[in-house]
Amino acid sequence: MIPTTNATGVAARVIDLTKVYGSGQAEVRALDGVTLDLYAGQFTAVMGPSGSGKSTLMHCCAALDEVTSGSVLLGDVDLSTLKDKELTRLRRDRIGFVFQSFNLVPTLTAEENILLPLSIAGGKPDPEWYALVIETVGLADRLTHRPNELSGGQQQRVAVARALASRPSIVFADEPTGNLDSRAGAEILQLLKRSVDEFGQTVVMVTHDPVAAGYTDRVVFLADGKVVEQMREPTAELVLERMAQFAASQSVQG
Amino acid sequence: MLKVTWRNLIARKLRLLLSAFAIVLGVAFVAGSLIFTDAMGGAFDDIIEGSTADVEIAYEGANDFDSVQDSRVIPASVVEELEKLPEADGVYPSTMLQSVFVIGSDDKVVGGSGPPGLAFNPTEAEAITGKQIITLKDGALPDGPEEVALDVATAEKAGYDVGDTVTLVTPGKPPSMEAELTGLVEFGSGGLNGATLTLFETEFMQDSFFEGKDVYSAISLNTAEGVSQAELAAAAQEVLPKGVVARTGDDVVAKNQAGIDEIMGFLNTFLLVFAAVSLVVGTFLIINTFSILVAQRSRELALLRALGASRRQVNRSVLLEAFGVGVVGSTLGLLGGYLLALGLKALFGLLGLDLAGAEFPVNPSTIIASYAVGIIVTVFAAYLPARRASSIAPVQALRDDTAMPESSLRVRVAVGGTLILAGAASMAAGLAEVGGEVLVEIGLGMLGVLIGVALLSPLIARPVIKAFGALFRPFGTVGRLATENSLRNPRRTAATASALMVGLALMAMMSILGSSASASTDEAIEQTLTSEFVVSNVIGQPFSTDVAEQIRDLDSVETVASLRYANPDVKGGGTAWMGAIDPDDFSDVMQVPMVQGTLAALDEGKVLIASQPAERGGHEVGDKVTLEFQGGDVEVEVAGIIAATGALPAEWLVTQDTLDKGGLAPLDSMLFVTKTPGASTADLREGVEKITEDLPTVTLKDPQEFAEEQKGQINLFLRMIYGLLVLSVLIAILGVVNTLALSVIERTREVGLLRAIGLSRAQLRTMIRLESIVIAVFGALLGLGMGLAFGLALMQALEDEGLTAVVVPWLTLLAFVLVAAVVGVLAAVFPARRAARLDVLRAITTE
Repeated sequence: MIPTTNATGVAARVIDLTKVYGSGQAEVRALDGVTLDLYAGQFTAVMGPSGSGKSTLMHCCAALDEVTSGSVLLGDVDLSTLKDKELTRLRRDRIGFVFQSFNLVPTLTAEENILLPLSIAGGKPDPEWYALVIETVGLADRLTHRPNELSGGQQQRVAVARALASRPSIVFADEPTGNLDSRAGAEILQLLKRSVDEFGQTVVMVTHDPVAAGYTDRVVFLADGKVVEQMREPTAELVLERMAQFAASQSVQG
Repeated sequence: MLKVTWRNLIARKLRLLLSAFAIVLGVAFVAGSLIFTDAMGGAFDDIIEGSTADVEIAYEGANDFDSVQDSRVIPASVVEELEKLPEADGVYPSTMLQSVFVIGSDDKVVGGSGPPGLAFNPTEAEAITGKQIITLKDGALPDGPEEVALDVATAEKAGYDVGDTVTLVTPGKPPSMEAELTGLVEFGSGGLNGATLTLFETEFMQDSFFEGKDVYSAISLNTAEGVSQAELAAAAQEVLPKGVVARTGDDVVAKNQAGIDEIMGFLNTFLLVFAAVSLVVGTFLIINTFSILVAQRSRELALLRALGASRRQVNRSVLLEAFGVGVVGSTLGLLGGYLLALGLKALFGLLGLDLAGAEFPVNPSTIIASYAVGIIVTVFAAYLPARRASSIAPVQALRDDTAMPESSLRVRVAVGGTLILAGAASMAAGLAEVGGEVLVEIGLGMLGVLIGVALLSPLIARPVIKAFGALFRPFGTVGRLATENSLRNPRRTAATASALMVGLALMAMMSILGSSASASTDEAIEQTLTSEFVVSNVIGQPFSTDVAEQIRDLDSVETVASLRYANPDVKGGGTAWMGAIDPDDFSDVMQVPMVQGTLAALDEGKVLIASQPAERGGHEVGDKVTLEFQGGDVEVEVAGIIAATGALPAEWLVTQDTLDKGGLAPLDSMLFVTKTPGASTADLREGVEKITEDLPTVTLKDPQEFAEEQKGQINLFLRMIYGLLVLSVLIAILGVVNTLALSVIERTREVGLLRAIGLSRAQLRTMIRLESIVIAVFGALLGLGMGLAFGLALMQALEDEGLTAVVVPWLTLLAFVLVAAVVGVLAAVFPARRAARLDVLRAITTE
């Protein structure tokens, strides 16, 4: 399979990104000047304690939330210049999503869910690519089932298939294994990793699980709305170790 | 628990407001009907009291509220006798006419579309209220021939000032006259409820309308100091000729008020039927709203149960909430009812009933009825959801996906099926006229069938909505999502659609009845009417016999057959819709189809009866029937039975001498005119039109125009019914809005997900719009199905009444479906906008 973007290219670029909620006394700086490149063809994990701004960062990158200042470039497109209609189209055509829970439309079959972004756009899947995705997620015999007839792991595999079906420039996954047992979680992570390694997809995953981070190519650590550390070729042990250090330094500071 | 209930009420303001609105509308209709009929009754009471003197003398039956022009007169000598009575302080003889109409300066008749055109001589009598019956407001009273005074309101409507020349239509010869307006007067308490009043000088009236004799139609007396009404009446009775009675003012008022109350009672019932329809629809809506609210709160309720709240407490909490909604809804409904009553006032004003001066009282009974209806209906509607709420198990609070225990569809099928069968049986009994309360049987039967179908509708919903899926295919995924969403909770979709079904079922039924009645009229007139022209007033307001005589004098006229109306009571029960004719003349103008006997058999002292009333009253050929006219009883013999026909504008036919014996003054209501063989129709029309030209109260029609006029009446009636049913449709639309809005809230996360993966706002709106159309059109289809069944069943039963043609107005029914679709689109506006405005990020992170 030919990668959709050059492995050394940048899929998304975050420049001096600030996100402030509320104002005055109640002001919260969720992101405080984050600058970051998300490389194409890489599996990136964003980690940090709760309140560190990792979810906000993902939402801003995924055109789900507006930024206060700074900019997000998806490919060549500056998200801050787009209106709601264009942002919607961008999400539909160029971004894939996997959420922690409630990923599927309960009234549609697995197959309809997978094809939903494409059918909303009025398009048809590339048959070869679609066959490949279905085979990869291993759901060929479950396509006519409704979400409530599938296990949590299976549902999440359908969500991954949906995220990949339109061959997006970038897939965002928000705690995709948060609601799963470890075996099902491992399957999902394998799936995401394969999509990067074999199909050249770009995946950005928000997680607080060091094991999940261990599957990725690179980990970005966030704390108090800032990027505090990056780690290449992480393993679960290394990540765990680094997190413990953070926790220690935080408690010393606190 | 009280606190929790209260918090819930406050927290769900919007949703509760929507469901309270259904109650508001239903209660508004109840309150509006009551307030309006109270106001109308009050206005008539004022007229009656303001125009009745201490003692009223007239022939028995001649001076009642519903009396028509009486031919019996009291000689002037009686007045002299009365004047000798020491008990009387004043004796005021009056000459009275009931069909004198004022032609306005715009050449249109003032009033004349129902309320009478009263005319009498000036009187100085005092009413029992202590006020003069006639008060001069401007100018002077008429004091010679060709002079007239008008009541202030009539003069204003007609556009006349004192000194102007007024054109009048009278029962005299010639019927049209001109008179100088000498003054303006006020009658009794002020209002006339749309009737018009003209005053002429006494002698002039006797000359023009009482064959020049010094006679009177009634005499009013005022009591002398210290004499009671009863004493004066007793003293007066002594000197009165046979048949003439003196009654105390209090008696007259009481009797006339009773008569008015009867008419008001009918109107009230008519309006309350629509109030009931609105409330039934409102009940559907409230059941549905509370079901959804309870379902959405199931986890919270389970938590309450887990924390130790008893089933009764949960149950009571929901019912108390309903009670609150009921109170608020009833209060607003009462206010709305007041406005509705004012609206009805305007509507009835268009129909000729002028209530400009009437007061609109909100009586305690209205308030009690409004609150009782509003609260009982709400609490009743919330009872089932409340019971379901309390049956939720505490353990549900700990589960992730909490679902309300749903009652089995099997119970629904059993109850619904039983209701349909019982309803159908009741309808059949009503249609076959078994038992007394035919309308009640049919009404309750329909209600039973409608509720039964509503209960079964979730079963019907699935296949029908699937069919929509095919129709929505052009909308692609959005259409598919909409279809699936409506199928997600068939009960909810079906309940919402059922509310719409009720109104549309009745509308469809009425449209079938209406178009069949129109077609039957066409058919009957074409088959039976052989005259070239009909001269009549659209509502049967009688006119001078001079018109017939003048037409008869035309060269081109062969026959003029006149028909005079009367509505005597029939001894043994019922009122006869009676026409008096000359059988010879009449056989030239209409082929009256007979079941038994011939038209020629009609003679003096005989009667022909249509088969329906004959069957009802058990009258057979050869039987004697006693008719109770205002002037006394007249016995007639049944000479034949008429087959029902829509062309014959009466059910009983007698000769005109029977009406004379009954004391009715000779006034024609309808003339049928045929031409001589050689004459041209155009000449005839020209000739007749010349005669009727000055009489806006009567018009000339050829059979087709005559049919159009008859159908116009039917259509006017239909439009009024539609107007009243629209209210129930309005409530149903609110139901759709409510259900959609609640569904959107329920599916917030799903909406968020769809938006996140690229569904545009426009697509989201389309999806909700399509969902709304599914509900609305499904309801319309159910309603039309019911309406078709009801309508055809009724047509079957009405075949004997002359409704022989059965016409299903497919185009109208199709229009109903299309309107329902539009209604669906409109109902979706608010929920769709709400969904589209949802913040994507917040939506997907909602719990």
